[in-house]
This record gives sequence, C-alpha cells and structure tokens, in this order.
Amino acid sequence: MAEVTMRIWRGDASGGEFASYTLPQNEGEVVLDVVHRIQASEAPDLACRWNCKAGKCGSCSAEINGKPRLMCMTRMDSLPEGPVTVAPMRTFPIVRDLVTDVSFNFVRAQEVPALLPPPMPEGGYVMFQEDVERGQEFRKCIECFMCQDVCHVIRDHEDNKRHYAGPRFFIRYAELEMHPLDQNDRREYVREEMGLGYCNITKCCTEVCPEHIKITDNAIIPLKERVVDAHYDPLAWLGRTIRRKKKASSAEAAVQPAP
Amino acid sequence: MTALESSTKVQLGGRRGGPDQPTLRQDRWWIQPVVTVSVLTAFVIYSTWAAFQNANYYVGANAHRDLISPFYSPCIAGSCVAGSTHGFVLSGWTLSPALLILIFPLGFRLSCYYYRKAYYRAFWWSPPACAVADGHTTYSGETRFPLIMQNVHRYFFYFGLLFNIMLTYDAVRAFHQPGIGWGVTVGTLVLVVNAVLLWLYSISCHACRHLCGGGAKSFHAHPIRHRIWKALTPLNARHMNFAWASLIFVALTDVYVRLVASGVLTDYRLF
Repeated sequence: MAEVTMRIWRGDASGGEFASYTLPQNEGEVVLDVVHRIQASEAPDLACRWNCKAGKCGSCSAEINGKPRLMCMTRMDSLPEGPVTVAPMRTFPIVRDLVTDVSFNFVRAQEVPALLPPPMPEGGYVMFQEDVERGQEFRKCIECFMCQDVCHVIRDHEDNKRHYAGPRFFIRYAELEMHPLDQNDRREYVREEMGLGYCNITKCCTEVCPEHIKITDNAIIPLKERVVDAHYDPLAWLGRTIRRKKKASSAEAAVQPAP
Repeated sequence: MTALESSTKVQLGGRRGGPDQPTLRQDRWWIQPVVTVSVLTAFVIYSTWAAFQNANYYVGANAHRDLISPFYSPCIAGSCVAGSTHGFVLSGWTLSPALLILIFPLGFRLSCYYYRKAYYRAFWWSPPACAVADGHTTYSGETRFPLIMQNVHRYFFYFGLLFNIMLTYDAVRAFHQPGIGWGVTVGTLVLVVNAVLLWLYSISCHACRHLCGGGAKSFHAHPIRHRIWKALTPLNARHMNFAWASLIFVALTDVYVRLVASGVLTDYRLF
C-alpha cells in the first residue's frame, strides 16, 4: 500500500524541529485529514487549529511545502511526490506546533476607524446595487491571515509590525473608503499610521488568498491612488483648495464613532 | 516616534515557528525572477544601444515610405533627419533625439504598478518570490526617497497618453507613401500594432482606472465614471500581458524600422 511521509514542525517558544510521520496513503484526503490521523495515532499531543474543514473559517492556515495554504483545502494528491512539509505561519509567534499567536491582527482590527454614516434620513439609509457589489469582494475575507503571513514587510522585518496594518486590513480600509455612506477620510491615517507606503505591490497576498480576493488590484492600489489624491498630487491639492475642501488629518480620522 | 508607536498595543518579538532558513519552498520559484531579469536586461541593453545610434530610425520619401521608430518619435531634436519631425524642433539639441523623449516612457514603465512587482522581486529581491526571505535586512518600502517618487505614476501616465497620440499619428501617416499614394505595407501594420498595444497598456493602467472611475466614492452618483470603470476593469486584469507585449513589440518595431532604413529589409507593399 502506498505511504505518505509528513514532516511536521513540533515545538514551542523554547524551540522545535521537524518530526517525520509515515502513514498509509488514503485516496481523496486533504492535509488536515492526515494531520488528524497523526493525532489519532502517533502524536495525540500534536497541536493544530481547525474548525470547519470547508475553507470558510480560516483556522487551519499553515505553510505546506513552504507556501501559506489552508490545510483543509490542500489535497494530498495535488502535492508533488515526496515528504510533505507542514510548518506554522512564519510571521506570527509560535504557541505550539502548528498553532501561532495571531493577536497582532486583532490589535490592528481594533484600530480601524469604523464606518461613519450621516444621521439616519427619513425612510432609512439607501444604498444602490452597484455600490453594494463593489465592497462585496472584500467581505469574502475569512481572516485566515495568510496574506499577513506572506507579506514580506512584516514576515522578514519584525520592526515593521509597529507601523504596518497589512493586506488584510488594507482591504478593510479600502472597503470603508469606497462606502458611499461613509463620511470619514482615512487617507492620511492609512498613510501615516498604517504604513500603506511600505507595501511594494509584490502581490503575494493576492497569490495566497484562498477566497481569490484581488487584494492588490482592487484594494491596495486603489487605496494608494487615493493617498496620492490626498497627499502627493499637486493638481488634486489645487482642486481641493479651489473648492475649499479639507482632507482629514490622521488624528481626525482615527476617532472611532460612538457605537 | 509617531502617536501610534507610543500607543499601539502591538507586541513585537516572540519566537517564531519553523526553521530559520530563507524558504521551505520546494518548487522552482526562481524561474520567474530569472525570466524577468533576462527580458528586462535585454530590453534595457537594446534600447540604450538604439537610443545612442542616432541613425536608421526613419524611412523617408526617398524610399517612398514614412516610417519612424517609436524610440525616436516625436523627433524634436535639431539633429533629426529631414521629414521625421512634426514641426516643433529644439534646434540646440544635437545629440540623439531618443535621449530627449525616452525618459517619459521609461518613467511610465518604471513607476507602473505591474513593473514595480516585477523588478522589486527580480532585481531587488524584496522579496524574490512569495514566502522566500527578503534579500535585505532593513526595509522601508515606498515611504522614503527615492521610492516615494513612485507616487508620480499618474503624471507619467498623462505624458504616456501624449506619446500614444503621437505614435498613432505616425501609424496613420505611414499609410500615405510619398510618391505612391495611400496603401498598406508591412511597416504600416507594424506601427499600427505597436500603437494599439501601447494604448492597451496605457488604458489598462491602475492609475487610469482610478482616475476614470475608481476614485469615486459612489458609483451610483457617477454613472458615466462607473461605466468607464467597468469597461476598464477587464483590461486592467490583463495589464501584465499588455505590459510585456507592448514592451517587446516596441523593441521589435524599432528593429523593423532600423532594418528597413539601413537597407537590410525591403518594406513589402501589401496593397
């Protein structure tokens, strides 16, 4: 019977190494199935995070053969012959084995200034289909944080975590900036405080997104162009001056509306 | 220290999982950077050589043609050969006219969102491929000089449109062969394809998509901008293809005109 060899990272904050497990190969399995079989047989203490097994909860992110992927959506027969390497996401501190501490993302989520709509008009808010559709793509995000994991700005430069939100939150900022009912102006905030300029458009976030969100083309670049409007384009500045329009400073944009 | 640095709750440090090695990838991730470096280097070498030639860039009335290389159009230097200019001439410039004008297409491509991805990966190794370690110990992205200048992309886009108009004019003018009349030659088709590819590259640009409609807060409030944005979006998805096709074809167009102008090839008249 054919066998499969898994090299799985075992360890915690004190260190670790790859451990090899060889199992019979079953048809139609995904990586998470094999990890579960290892838990059920050789290594009951193997830690891994999972929930839906359907690619919708974003829990089982890992680096399979060096690439960030969801374990539940990676079929074993799609991988090349030979041992399969499974490691935890590299960008975040390890908790144990395949489990990482992704709280960086929760801090960044709290810092996103929420939607700021005008006072409710009589009859309620109205939003048209074309405007709804635009933000719909961004709402597919399952928060697997693989885009954050693969982004070299924080993956290879820990210090940048101090002043960089990352692709997952740039799609949130883009969605809010494209929302017709939103009255906040986060352009200076996202430039100054959330480090949009650190992104150099290498599109790795788009490549790894399991929901196929065009993170770079539809969120980050439009956001960068909005920042150019607000900060770098002299013609846009002239237009604002003539029309006596103001842009919000970082501090003004950062104010969270009352719940 | 910014306000955020003093107030953020982001915790730095903490031991990361996995081995301390540049990548665990086992596929041939290096092929893409190698191809990019090879093609872009070949283009830079060829275009530099062609720009300094200052000869064989125009096929004129003595050959019953009106073909000009895109590297030399619009020919506005005092050194331009007879018939190749469009009226306005900087008589004081005696070096190659290509040196005057190539800065604009070069700036457009250098600051292009697609090429940025290509050369940051292939030349600067920042990063060389996804989940492969950055080639540098520190990184400030496009927040400081000189890379902060990438934000002027839309101005190079505006200049690029002017060049596209000139090259389209050249292509239309080439259909009239001096001493023969209107007709189609291989050269005219080459100039037309070149102009079409450059237009496709320009209008599929991310800055164009933003300026035409993407910048609107509400599509419902701007129905015409929304329509333009919808038309440009599928082109924008193919921006990479247009970037490579137009880059290679503009060099091939120069090669063709150069070979005809130097007498190596005859520009065949189709009808």
